Amino acid sequence: MQFVKDLFNFLSSPAIFFTLVIVLFFVALRTRRLWTDRVGTVALVAVVVYFVVSFFDPNFKKVVTAPDNVPIVGMLFLIGFFAWFSLKQAYENDDRMARGEPPAEKLETDEKVWCWPDLVYTELIALLVASIVLLVWAILIEAPLEEPASITVAPNPSKAPWYFLGLQEMLVYFDPWLAGVVFPSLIILGLMALPYIDTNPKGNGYYTFRERAREIALFLFGFLVLWVFMIMTGTFLRGPNWNFFGPYEYWDPHKLVPLNNINFSEFIWVRWLGTGLPQQWLAREIFGILVVLAYFLALPPLLARRWLNDIHRKMGAARYAVGIVLILSMIALPIKMYLRWIFNLKYIIAIPEFFFNI
Amino acid sequence: MPNVREWLNSLKQKFAPKEGQPPVPKRVRDYIGGSQIWRSFLRHGLPKTDRIRALVVLSNVLLHLHPVKIRRSGVKLRYTWCMGGLTFFLFLVETVTGLLLMFYYRPTLEYAYVDIVELREQVPLGVMRELHRWGAHAMVITVWLHMFRVFMTGSYKPPREFNWNVGVVLLVLTLLLSFTGYLLPWDQLAIWAITVGTNMARATPLLGHEGPGSQLLALGDVKLIHAGSDARFALLGGRFVGAGALLRFYVLHCVGIPLVAATLMAIHFWRVRKDGGISGPL
Repeated sequence: MQFVKDLFNFLSSPAIFFTLVIVLFFVALRTRRLWTDRVGTVALVAVVVYFVVSFFDPNFKKVVTAPDNVPIVGMLFLIGFFAWFSLKQAYENDDRMARGEPPAEKLETDEKVWCWPDLVYTELIALLVASIVLLVWAILIEAPLEEPASITVAPNPSKAPWYFLGLQEMLVYFDPWLAGVVFPSLIILGLMALPYIDTNPKGNGYYTFRERAREIALFLFGFLVLWVFMIMTGTFLRGPNWNFFGPYEYWDPHKLVPLNNINFSEFIWVRWLGTGLPQQWLAREIFGILVVLAYFLALPPLLARRWLNDIHRKMGAARYAVGIVLILSMIALPIKMYLRWIFNLKYIIAIPEFFFNI
Repeated sequence: MPNVREWLNSLKQKFAPKEGQPPVPKRVRDYIGGSQIWRSFLRHGLPKTDRIRALVVLSNVLLHLHPVKIRRSGVKLRYTWCMGGLTFFLFLVETVTGLLLMFYYRPTLEYAYVDIVELREQVPLGVMRELHRWGAHAMVITVWLHMFRVFMTGSYKPPREFNWNVGVVLLVLTLLLSFTGYLLPWDQLAIWAITVGTNMARATPLLGHEGPGSQLLALGDVKLIHAGSDARFALLGGRFVGAGALLRFYVLHCVGIPLVAATLMAIHFWRVRKDGGISGPL
């Protein structure tokens, strides 16, 4: 049993878990056979069994059953369910359309029903069910209240509200001005820009995967793999001092994790050129600055000419520019994560003189 | 009480079963439905005919948000997941429970925590705080799932781009509502979650005193952006999470953000109608 627990603890360490999730995500998204009732049921049963069995572990139980963590567990189940549910319908519609039939919603669209009673009664039932669920939840689980606030005694770990834990998790890899300000702003701007960037007229008003595979893959990558996965990591797998703890590991506040991250400039000047760091910040960081500029300014035109030719032509220059910068910003997060895990890279550009670290 | 007895007798006679008359329940219904009070509330009978079904929706201020007729896919849970409606319902739950909680809560360092303890120990059968807290968690989840559904059905595509944008703002407001409410119990969880959350504002480019570029905003040697004037200070009304922050978050939580959110919700719902109702294949 201990061996299995150790295995799960090992597999859930950030680098391995994240890699598994990415691989699983892209393989699963394209595998038609997974999006059926049978596979969905098996997956649900497997996850429930995993949770029930894990409950016998005191460390697992302690984290998962904290009153404020209960809704996050619920969210994981709900998002998992609806991801499966929407892709199932999308693939079923794709099959229908491949046979030359319209999507399932089309049959229902042509028919109109009276708002009273069809819609109003549906709303009433939903309202009643939601009220009952909420009431039972409120009666069963008391809202927690901790010690009175004290500005001098910081709890360890200090965590932001759970829906911002993805951003807090990002702080491991980026400075606060990026993780806490720029990236959240880009997420909001990106969501707002979405309908203006996505010019694909297909898939409006029905579930489909094939007609919008790229958009769905990108969006779900951002939503499921980055946002939800990072929240889960930040909630369940980060303990005192924001150190990583496996699901069955005791949250030991004295756990020591060596910090041996080094900057890109040190890689270049110290390890590669062997000259030591220049005093002047611009000379010191020039390579990092060039790398970042190349990533955002040189890569988009290169992509447009080589691999994304058709997309570039279809979208036009302005849409392409906005879209590609947003996508590159999103992919910058996993890139930085892997650079950290593989090379212990701290900053690509490090100018602490101006609080400008990337 | 002769008068009451007479009136009861007259009622008894009125509803006494007679030959050739409809059964009692129907006659009671007709009596109530035909009264002036009833007819002043609802200007139509029971929705038995299509004409009255249309009137029910058209002549009721609470229902007129709906179209009279709707695509069948629009009432299918399979298609809509009901998440937008549940989000709105939870907003109403939060409004009602929050209003009741305001009776017991004073947003000052002296009272905030004590009031929550009092509420917990003195109010019998109290579940308002639980409903409010779990409802808030649930609302964040339902609003995400709503966005997820709208994305997966491509419903942000023309002509609904603008309404998607209103929805994104509402999503952000939901998170801010929850975030501002997080501080109010004034316990360790609250103050440190908000401290961690608002520490980010220190690093705002240009406007945070530890943000890149803030040194550029200076007049000669005088810094314009310092710990007493930056974005975080504006958010907290102080250099750390204290009395100023509690009052600011309270006002934003109870008045500011709900007002903006309610206005945008009205626009969001109105716009659903104007963009041709809930999405569906053309």
